[in-house]
Amino acid sequence: MSDDSSVLRIVWIYPDLLSTYGDQGNALILRRRAEQRGIRTEVVYVYSSDPVPVEGDIYLLGGGEDRPQNLAAERLRSDGGLKRATERGAAVLAVCAGYQIIGESFGDDDDNPLPGVGILDIRSGRGETRAVGEIVAEVAPEVGGGTITGFENHQGRTALGPSARPLSRTLLGIGNDGSTEGAYQGNVLGTYLHGPALPRNPALADLLLSIRVGQLDPLPASWGERLHEERIAAVM
Amino acid sequence: MSELPLRAQLASALGKGAASLSRAARRGDGSVIGGRVALKVEPGLLGKLSRGRRLTLVSATNGKTTTTRLIASALRELGDIATNEHGANMPTGHITALAAKPEARNGVLETDEKYLPQVLEATSPAVVVLMNLSRDQMDRASEINLLAKKWRESLQKSEAHVVANADDPLVAWAGLGARHATWVSAGQRWKEDSWCCPDCGGHLKREPEPHWECPECGLARPEATWSVDNDADVVITPDGQRMKLDLGLPGGANRANAAIAMATAVTYGIHPKQSLPRLREIRSVAGRYTSVVTNGVEVRLLLAKNPAGWLESFAVLGPPRIPVILAVNAQIPDGKDTSWLWDVDYSVLGDRRVFVMGERRTDLALRLETDGVAFDVGDDVAGVVTRIKAEQPEITKVDVIANYTAFQQIRAAYGRVQ
Ligand SMILES: [Zn+2]
Repeated sequence: MSDDSSVLRIVWIYPDLLSTYGDQGNALILRRRAEQRGIRTEVVYVYSSDPVPVEGDIYLLGGGEDRPQNLAAERLRSDGGLKRATERGAAVLAVCAGYQIIGESFGDDDDNPLPGVGILDIRSGRGETRAVGEIVAEVAPEVGGGTITGFENHQGRTALGPSARPLSRTLLGIGNDGSTEGAYQGNVLGTYLHGPALPRNPALADLLLSIRVGQLDPLPASWGERLHEERIAAVM
Repeated sequence: MSELPLRAQLASALGKGAASLSRAARRGDGSVIGGRVALKVEPGLLGKLSRGRRLTLVSATNGKTTTTRLIASALRELGDIATNEHGANMPTGHITALAAKPEARNGVLETDEKYLPQVLEATSPAVVVLMNLSRDQMDRASEINLLAKKWRESLQKSEAHVVANADDPLVAWAGLGARHATWVSAGQRWKEDSWCCPDCGGHLKREPEPHWECPECGLARPEATWSVDNDADVVITPDGQRMKLDLGLPGGANRANAAIAMATAVTYGIHPKQSLPRLREIRSVAGRYTSVVTNGVEVRLLLAKNPAGWLESFAVLGPPRIPVILAVNAQIPDGKDTSWLWDVDYSVLGDRRVFVMGERRTDLALRLETDGVAFDVGDDVAGVVTRIKAEQPEITKVDVIANYTAFQQIRAAYGRVQ
């Protein structure tokens, strides 16, 4: 990782364990939307055999199957880098299995609670049924409002503790529990929108960027905005 | 086959009747509906129809239809065979294929990954061919680690001889469950699903290519006796002989498929010198790799259903002057989730003209924009070709890469070309 502080450092945590379906899309979109505004970026891939650097700006965690998820949680806890980075003010976007493991606890295959990284006040367990399909939710006004669209594919159910706030209210799909979707706490964001959550939601990508670089110039609407509208229209 | 019990004979005859009805009613090629009727009448039918035959099951995420066709072609050296060449790869399709050829002693059945353990148990095959496992239609398919585990467990209980790809860690781990195996170094272009040891979850050491091993539990790539030299277009047999392939099908994936077919044929006593000329004759498989001519332009159809398939398709594209049309749908057979588009690196298309079409062309458009690849949007192949012809009259060839239902729609528009 470069030590040039004018570079925005996007850190993808454990692409070997937490990358099931298009998770790379979030890093690609952040990089593109930053560079379109003249912000230089660096995408750092941190594999599970490597230490997690603490000087990153935006940390991304993707989805994973049960065993890789447990392994990733264990390694992140013993490494400690991600927690220290958030204490320094880094932004985090964690999706699906990644969302669960940054919480206080999550369920293993038999729904026994395993300890999470503890940077988001949520507790997750296994639901009766698998939530698979399009999801649409209304984002809380304190984090910019608007609507998010995505695809969910998980069996988790998530309860928020007092320090975390729901990211959005579910209009279609299950999310946390059928009524809320995702959570945030300080600069840490989690969601059940799996894989490429940011490509379909350019405003959410800009929200993450603005945490680290401040006010952003608007970009002309392009394919991302069009996809956002099209997906909502297709399912609502 | 005349000793088939009466009930099974009846079921088989009923199945055949239903298949002809289905064809007559133009509902499809009849392979699924016939088997479904037969299964209702006699649940043990698949096992009964398999008895006394020497069967090969072929399973993988990608390339199973093509490899089944290659093996079928090689086995015809020994006479008539039973095979599900229309790609109906679940038990109902297998029943239809076997019932259609009651006298055939040999057979080769393409088998859906999820159904492999069940079909393996029902048919007691002589050979099981395993090629690759990678992420595919995650909204409805099983997790591939779980699939590999089930493959391995069912092979541990079986007498079947395995012909498998040593270079794909998940496949090799499954195949190592079998008592007898022939290992083929069939390559693995897509590696994103095999960073971790299938046995213990450790981070695999993956060099020098194609070697792999787990530093934590010691699981390692089995020694392969067959391999392919892609640069020289050569297959190397277990006795070290280098045979020029010169196939009618394009690309490295098909060289590997051919090596696997030749290795499978050897288990039937067919020498590579006999099988290879038969493999060369195949130029398209159920529309895959076939060309249709529209507006004076030769349009070649490539099917790609998942990230690994798209990578293989990029590798067989013509030179950069040949435009490519990408078509993506998200119907149930395609998977309703298009997230996988973000696993594919499209920047390799940057030096050619690109068109996007299909129900999810907006997803493709954003994906290409993000990789900095210029593109145009189209509605159908004929329209795109007309536009290319008007703007670049010198163009005589166009490649199309499409996922499942998008591919079938294009194929149907040109008379279900084979
Ligand atoms: Zn291991």
